[in-house]
Amino acid sequence: MSESQFEPKIVGFLCNWCAYAGADLAGVSRLQYPPNLRTIRTLCSATVGPHQILKAFQKGADGIFVGG
Amino acid sequence: MKNSVQNDIRIGVFICDCGSNIAGYLEMKELVEYAKTLPNVAFVQENLYTCSEGGINEIKVAIPRENLNRVVVASCTPRTHEPLFMSACEEAGMNPYLFEMANIRDQCSWVHMREREAGTERAKVQIAMAVAKAAKLRELSRIQLSLSHRAMVIGGGVAGMSAALALANMGYEVDLVEKQDRLGGLLNKLNMILPSNEHPSILVNSLVDRLKNHPRVAIHTESVVTKTEGYVGNFVATLNERGADAKIKCGVVIVAIGAQAFKPEGLFNYDGTKVITHLELESKLNQGTVDAKNIAIIQCVGSRSKERTYCSRICCMTAVKNAILIKEASPETKITIFYRDMQMYGVENEEMFRKSKKLGVRFVTYDPKRPPTFDGESVSVYHARMGRDMVTSVDLLVLSTPLIAQDGATEISTMLKVPVNENGFFLEGHVKLKPLDFATDGVYLCGNARFPATIREAVSQGLGAASRAAGVLSKEALFTSGIVADINADTCCGCLGCLQVCPYGAINFIENRGVCQVNKVLCKGCGGCAATCPSGSARLDGFSNQQIYAQIEQAMAG
Repeated sequence: MSESQFEPKIVGFLCNWCAYAGADLAGVSRLQYPPNLRTIRTLCSATVGPHQILKAFQKGADGIFVGG
Repeated sequence: MKNSVQNDIRIGVFICDCGSNIAGYLEMKELVEYAKTLPNVAFVQENLYTCSEGGINEIKVAIPRENLNRVVVASCTPRTHEPLFMSACEEAGMNPYLFEMANIRDQCSWVHMREREAGTERAKVQIAMAVAKAAKLRELSRIQLSLSHRAMVIGGGVAGMSAALALANMGYEVDLVEKQDRLGGLLNKLNMILPSNEHPSILVNSLVDRLKNHPRVAIHTESVVTKTEGYVGNFVATLNERGADAKIKCGVVIVAIGAQAFKPEGLFNYDGTKVITHLELESKLNQGTVDAKNIAIIQCVGSRSKERTYCSRICCMTAVKNAILIKEASPETKITIFYRDMQMYGVENEEMFRKSKKLGVRFVTYDPKRPPTFDGESVSVYHARMGRDMVTSVDLLVLSTPLIAQDGATEISTMLKVPVNENGFFLEGHVKLKPLDFATDGVYLCGNARFPATIREAVSQGLGAASRAAGVLSKEALFTSGIVADINADTCCGCLGCLQVCPYGAINFIENRGVCQVNKVLCKGCGGCAATCPSGSARLDGFSNQQIYAQIEQAMAG
């Protein structure tokens, strides 16, 4: 795969009370961003443990976004 | 949950068009066909609006008909609609915690509006993730809590008094806390109320009399709340009443601490005698000591400026009101109001505005870039239409200054963990959906503490906050969320890691057994303990590792 075709898979762990609300607000504001993100709602960014991040890398994630 | 049920998972997937909000940007038919191929999915349906009465009914009918034991709705955000869909599942006899949502609107169709194909692909993955998580969900139960049916109102101005009286009349015990030595707040400093043409003391005395004679109201003057602990239904407030501390249990707290007038030190030679604020004018009018023959009023002094960008809403009406009162008492007095824009909303205020013009009050607009100046004798202002400076001699200059945040607002904000905005006014949970609630359950706000309001608005907000608070107080019991942490006592090694990270003090160390335990009433379900626990004993129900792993796997499969 050449660099120009590279489409990264990004997992976003988003805190329900802030980052997930922010991702909703991006939608409400009709901000457009590339569709490479897959979001997982958590009740707090504190709940995202290292093993969950490693699990995502193990399964093939190219990038991980923890928002909280 | 028993294994027999695990083996027979039947998931119903409801995919919402949201009118054209989703269907306009994604291939709905493709999503429906895709959902049918996912493991454990027994039923798929597309709805025009899943949240409508019709959509909700379709969920309720499908659960028994299709023998569903899990439901996934792919639509908007769980932050607004999860409770609605969960209660639909519950009404159909399913445990509400066997419900999951896929956000394909706010986090998909709305952010990929120009990428139909890629957006549809993402929606498929988000649905597959929700379905995979749903298959791993367990039945959870809510915990029932007792509550105190007592209310505490902080602030004895017109908003707080209205709230307290309304709650007492509904049958609840109320503690009304006022830091001054008497009730009434800002109304005690006013002269007359227009258009009702009443002295404010009539309103204050009527409220105070009813409160004092009410068997369910305890009035605490010269008192401040110094500490609050607990949560909705079970707050414990420490009240300092004239130096003596007392603890009061209450189920709800209403913040009605009001606001104060900005003192324009250093502006227009403000001295409190020849140059005064409106509040000072009101007390002069009250004492009958206004004998000036040439009065000028300047609007927006200290507001709509760099330091305070907001409009204080009530100063235009106040200026017009006082101009009318002076003109009626002495028609020969000349009054000029220098303004930027007049804010006289509502029919009655508009009529008051017209009346003031009829009485001969002069209105002169000014440009904020060339504001009026005052040399001690006269006000000069550039008049745009005449194209030159206009000079008006003045023997009393009144400055319309904004209401600013009350002293102690920050302390109350910290104490109750409720936010204030950049100007120090309290910030409601949502400007339209929760205008009198804080985001924190069981704490409400009304009156000038929220934002400058007219007396009528303060009263209606007080009544509104009381009604919101009564929504909690009228319950026999409260239920906490089922999504709380749990610690497996068999594998816990008692390292206390969870206890150190828990922000709510919800974890206790049971010394004789050497293990940690979660107090499910205090737990807010943040999952910090689960992420920290080295032995994997702490688990957050509803967001467990197994469930999150299932989501991750699907996120990467697509």
